Amino acid sequence: MRRAIGFGLLVAIAMLALAFLALPIVGIFVHTSPGKVLHQLSNPVVKDAFVVSLKTSLIAQALILLFGTPTAYLLATRRFPGHSLAITLVELPLVLPPAVAGIGLLTALGTQGLLGSSLSALGVTIPFTQTAVTVAVAYVASPLYIRQAIATFEATDPQLTAASRTLGAGPMRTFFRVVLPLARGGLIAGLALSFARGLGEFGATIMFAGSLQGVTQTVPLAIYSEFDQSFDAALAMSGVLVLISAALLLTLRIGLSWQRSPSSRSLSLFGLSSSA
Amino acid sequence: MATVTLEQVTVPLRTFELRLSLAVDSTVALIGPSGAGKSTVLNTIAGLAKPASGSIRCDGKTWFDAERRICLRPEERRVGLVFQDYALFPHLTVRQNIEYARRSSADAYLDRFGIGHLEHARPGSLSGGERQRVALARALARDPEILLLDEPLSALDAHTKIDVRAELQQLLAELEIPALLVTHDFEDAAALAGEVGVLVEGQLRQSGSPADLVAQPADPFVASFTGANLLQGQPVWAGANTTGVRLEDGTLISTSGDRNGDGPVTLAVYPWDITISRTHPDDSAMNVVAGAITAITELGNRARVTIGPLSAEITVDSLRRLGLEHGERAYASFKATGTRVVAGRGG
Repeated sequence: MRRAIGFGLLVAIAMLALAFLALPIVGIFVHTSPGKVLHQLSNPVVKDAFVVSLKTSLIAQALILLFGTPTAYLLATRRFPGHSLAITLVELPLVLPPAVAGIGLLTALGTQGLLGSSLSALGVTIPFTQTAVTVAVAYVASPLYIRQAIATFEATDPQLTAASRTLGAGPMRTFFRVVLPLARGGLIAGLALSFARGLGEFGATIMFAGSLQGVTQTVPLAIYSEFDQSFDAALAMSGVLVLISAALLLTLRIGLSWQRSPSSRSLSLFGLSSSA
Repeated sequence: MATVTLEQVTVPLRTFELRLSLAVDSTVALIGPSGAGKSTVLNTIAGLAKPASGSIRCDGKTWFDAERRICLRPEERRVGLVFQDYALFPHLTVRQNIEYARRSSADAYLDRFGIGHLEHARPGSLSGGERQRVALARALARDPEILLLDEPLSALDAHTKIDVRAELQQLLAELEIPALLVTHDFEDAAALAGEVGVLVEGQLRQSGSPADLVAQPADPFVASFTGANLLQGQPVWAGANTTGVRLEDGTLISTSGDRNGDGPVTLAVYPWDITISRTHPDDSAMNVVAGAITAITELGNRARVTIGPLSAEITVDSLRRLGLEHGERAYASFKATGTRVVAGRGG
């Protein structure tokens, strides 16, 4: 009897928590409809915001992939003095308040910033341009990819890379033919996380890039600027972002299950590797 | 056949240092307990671990030389390393695994190892024996100058092991390159290699043919590792040809072995030199130990019967004929010439 009450209470609390998490999503879709969303997509503010968000996100994620993957591989496979400092640096943007990240980017890359004078000597101005949006997104989103990539590379069986080397493949060939294919799922999952975070980026972007329609105004910034002007536009953009986030979450799950299946299979059937 | 030589190779390990000189020009086995540094030896030859000093040569080529600061990368050494867990690439098919080294087409190897029907399978769906064949095919497809086998039979169940050992025996006999294998099982080493080295805490205790190690174990450890029963006691009398040794439990044993000095000695008696009977034997055996049977373990067609400090190996047929049961009183007897004095007293 007592046990039944306890279990009932547990279920009730869980239901309450899940309802709390679901309610805002339900709210968005109750107040909008596919027709309204399609109608709003012809609104220039909405259209521009999606173009800016998509463009800056794609460039930022490409940069994260290009620079983050080798960095993660180095941090996952080598131990060197300053290793934990490097890990801390990688993770810092994750815990930094976005407004602080914005100030930091301004003091580093702003016209008065650390690199500002050298950049203006080259004729490059970053703040309040579309480049600034890309930089802000890359700065804030990169830890999610790099962390996941490090974990994925660390989970790659070192015997497989050793086997590749003894079979005559150099470090590069080993990386592209063994490490990367095995890490594929985990890297895709990390990229999905990083993409989702970058798409939602608000604080650092508004401080470092401003909110200029068609140039630096991303979808979250447009939602903020529209919600007291045209609530319908804000709602439509929110609805689309919910769908994109859900799709990214699905990608993440598929990526992780992909990652798990070959390596866990090899673990259970090959037995534990010994290094005696 | 090429010769791979290790000279004065030292590798610092966590609690001891590996120190080894070794020439491999046929099939050699290194045996020893786990953690003795066996796998490290293979890794240093393959270039996966770097020694602190010494040199490693393959015929005229120097693979490693600490003094001359030469250290070839693994991909520059032409070594065929078969990992304990095989380390097959899980995302590649059997054929792709074998062709990874890209020295030759996989066809010849698929045929030679009888795995042609598995060419499109992935390692995850193979049995232990099949995986080992793929791993061997992959290592040899590299066209190596030496084959290295890390615990080649330990990942297999007892039933598969017998078949795979026979396959491996044939392969090694036909192999035209030297092979070095490490194992913790003396029987496997004796079945596969003509020369066996006993490695303990990074040092080579003894090396020789399997028969040499059994006939003349250098110390109690080698004796017990090669499967002998160890009996410790004090010499109490010395005759012209034999010496009497009183064991700690009071049993008197005669040995024809030579002993040094008057100190305590350790005797080695191999299980196959011990006879088991239901009644007190009346034959030439000078040593008889009576007691209850404390364990009977069947291994294939042979059985281990334990009486007191002795473990005897008899055929399962004899076990059935004598009708021996656990707990019954029986006699274990062996000749004085069936004992060996292994220097000193150790454990």
